[in-house]
Amino acid sequence: MGMPYRRPHRDSPHRGEKNRMSQTVSSIEMKSISIEFPGVKALSDVDFSIKNGEIRAVVGANGAGKSTLMKVLAGANETYTGTILIDGKPCEIRDPRMAKRLGIELVYQEVDTALFPYLSVAENIMFNSLVSGMKGKSLVHWGSINKSAREILARLKMDIDVSRKVSSLTLAEKQMVLIARAVRERCKFLILDEPTAPLSLGEVEKLFGIVRDLAEREGVGVIFISHRLPELFQICTSLTVMKDGKVVANRAVNAELTTREIVNLMLGRSFEENFPKIPTTIGETMLEALGLSDEAGRVRNVSFSIKGGEIVGICGLVGAGKTELCKLLFGANKMRTGQIKLRGRSLKIRTPTSAVRQKIALVPEERRKEGVLVTEPVYFNLSAACLGKFCNRLSFVKKSLEIKNAKHLVTELGIKTPSVHQKVKYLSGGNQQKVAVGKWLTSDSDVYMLDEPTKGVDVGAKRDIFQLIQGLAKNGKAILYASSEINEILAITDRIYVMYNGNLVAELPTKTATEEEILFYATGGNK
Amino acid sequence: MSKAVATAKPKGKSSAFIEKWASLIALVAVFAFFALRMPKLFLTSSNIVTILRAISITTIIGIGLTITLAVGGFDLSSGSMATMSGAMIISFFVWYKMSLWLAIPLALVLTMGLMMITMLLIVKFKIPDLLATLAMMFMLDGVSLTYSGGGAISEGMPRFNGDPTFGKIPQLFKNMGQAPTIIIIMIVIVIVVHIFLTYTKYGRYIYAVGGNKEAARLSGIPIYRYRVYAGILAAIFIGLGGILVASRNMSAQIQGAAGYAMPAISAVFIGRSVAGAGKPNAFGTFVGASLVGILENGLIMMSVPYYSLNAVKGVVLALALASTYYSSTSEN
Repeated sequence: MGMPYRRPHRDSPHRGEKNRMSQTVSSIEMKSISIEFPGVKALSDVDFSIKNGEIRAVVGANGAGKSTLMKVLAGANETYTGTILIDGKPCEIRDPRMAKRLGIELVYQEVDTALFPYLSVAENIMFNSLVSGMKGKSLVHWGSINKSAREILARLKMDIDVSRKVSSLTLAEKQMVLIARAVRERCKFLILDEPTAPLSLGEVEKLFGIVRDLAEREGVGVIFISHRLPELFQICTSLTVMKDGKVVANRAVNAELTTREIVNLMLGRSFEENFPKIPTTIGETMLEALGLSDEAGRVRNVSFSIKGGEIVGICGLVGAGKTELCKLLFGANKMRTGQIKLRGRSLKIRTPTSAVRQKIALVPEERRKEGVLVTEPVYFNLSAACLGKFCNRLSFVKKSLEIKNAKHLVTELGIKTPSVHQKVKYLSGGNQQKVAVGKWLTSDSDVYMLDEPTKGVDVGAKRDIFQLIQGLAKNGKAILYASSEINEILAITDRIYVMYNGNLVAELPTKTATEEEILFYATGGNK
Repeated sequence: MSKAVATAKPKGKSSAFIEKWASLIALVAVFAFFALRMPKLFLTSSNIVTILRAISITTIIGIGLTITLAVGGFDLSSGSMATMSGAMIISFFVWYKMSLWLAIPLALVLTMGLMMITMLLIVKFKIPDLLATLAMMFMLDGVSLTYSGGGAISEGMPRFNGDPTFGKIPQLFKNMGQAPTIIIIMIVIVIVVHIFLTYTKYGRYIYAVGGNKEAARLSGIPIYRYRVYAGILAAIFIGLGGILVASRNMSAQIQGAAGYAMPAISAVFIGRSVAGAGKPNAFGTFVGASLVGILENGLIMMSVPYYSLNAVKGVVLALALASTYYSSTSEN
């Protein structure tokens, strides 16, 4: 009764078709591509092109539109306007399947979202043929699956055992599996979104070798997004700089191009909002960190200090380790080595609970997930960090006191809500953020750490939050302001530490620091 | 300030009203239906007492589960844990001749101890609740059967090895499971737990942890400690439920309380939306248990065979869950 097994043919009709379609593609041209999200113009009139065998870098500050543009190319943003020319012929890429048929593959930064952790390396690489190549077949021929996967890996000079489960691989190996899968799909254009961010130096070298081989030997066009400018010189042949949803320059990467020049191209955005800096009196050293490293290796030997009344900026690009540093100081991530001192006294902070007891507050980056309880009302959130203050001796909450405090904070912070009983999920992003900050005002902390506090916040709310932070500093609090928005860091801080790859690579007084200088360090410029 | 409008508005009034009161409306409707169909049979004071007595154990175990679910947990093992507690209490009377005042606290403390094992699996070894309590369910089933020697325990019944037993089950213990007492116990528990969850710091933290573990942790709430507190508190009510089952049977039966686990969980879910709480709450659990209890009582009176009743309970639970999840997903 066994099913007759048919060996997968090297040129089965399905594969042959795909082959024919993608082999003809040798260039992609995008013309005046625009995308509008509610309230923001993410891309405006962008022209972009890539040819076979080219390795093109796409750089730009956070929010410049790099990822959005790449998503258009990969068919993940179907609402774009403009034209895409494939070998000069207009073509619509409105879904990922179309992009795949044209041989465009996007390897996202979050590799885990695209992999099946409990399947083997071979299955992950051959996944598409396991799904769409199984018409009329019921049995999986493991021998041929493993063999094909091994062939692809050998061609790419990757050394991974195809029978291993993907869940047991390192991040670098997972990336390689994704690249191998893309190659298996006859990929002609490979988009790598910040592939090197989580990798070690050796792993980066290996990845570059593979990418170079792909471009030179297989004629694949590679688009390479990275925040680390020095490495672009090692691998890329051309470069596109984006800023505020526009392409500002296209250059060839050669000896004439310098990191400084790229940084200059990335900048130039004027900071429309003028935030007057309130002068504060800076007091004694409040918080001091000595040689901090975390267990995950995202924070490496970090030392710094903050004085009372001082706003200290930690500036770094996405993935530099700012969030991890904040969580480490707050006891939410595990410390490997180092010491934290508050007012000269050494602290043991193992959990957020002990951090709060020591009057350290954190406004986390992921507001809705970590900062507020969205399903609870405003007053509940505003007293969540120190409910004990509103309790009698039997731990019963004195609601009237709590409501009074909440109403006071809502007025003071300008939180726009119909009442303090409104659930936080119905507030706008900026107002949610104010609630997340307000929670710590109730607890009257000494050290405030704010991680990307203006992310997804409109200009008006941004101004309010800035005023709030400055007010805290004026009252002698120590403020740690972590952000990748350089202009904001320059506007509000007294002193700046630049973070790159888990290290603090520079300390600059805000008065003399320039955007250019910060970006230079933040992109690994002095390495 | 208060005039300012939030960017996203809550749902329309009518749908919000239905969501808030759906369970209560259903309760009243079902009650009215049976009362009109069988006024002489259903709408008698003795039958109302019967219903309340019948739902009291489900409600008490349900209150335990309300606390577990409020803190963001889940429990499959409540029936087995209650059975174990029942086996202990009867054995304390019959085998060890303990007094009521020693036996009940001892049985509750031991049940709390068993819950500590569950908490160890969940908090320390990070096993998902569903799986940890599944394992506990099997463990407890086996342990309580082994403890009782593979059979029931009752007054005068010799032990498994043939030793005769001389202990008596106190009359007071029997009264606990009878009509006025058991209903009063239930009402007191519902009120006390409702006050605890709504008006005390601990209750608020339990809901905060259940609402968003990470946000609660980053607010400085010791989430694992509250998880354990909630578990132990739940164990008291689950244990008490088991004791009351034993009191009603005047013996410890094999799997005696197993049948209460699923109705109790259902009651919590049916009651989630009551009065707009949108989260497990004590009063809602009582409403949920009442709805199921009234349905069961009325349908039996209408000569629906007892073996078909689960189908009705399943439909009620499905409707309650549909109303909860449908409205919460259509929001975002």
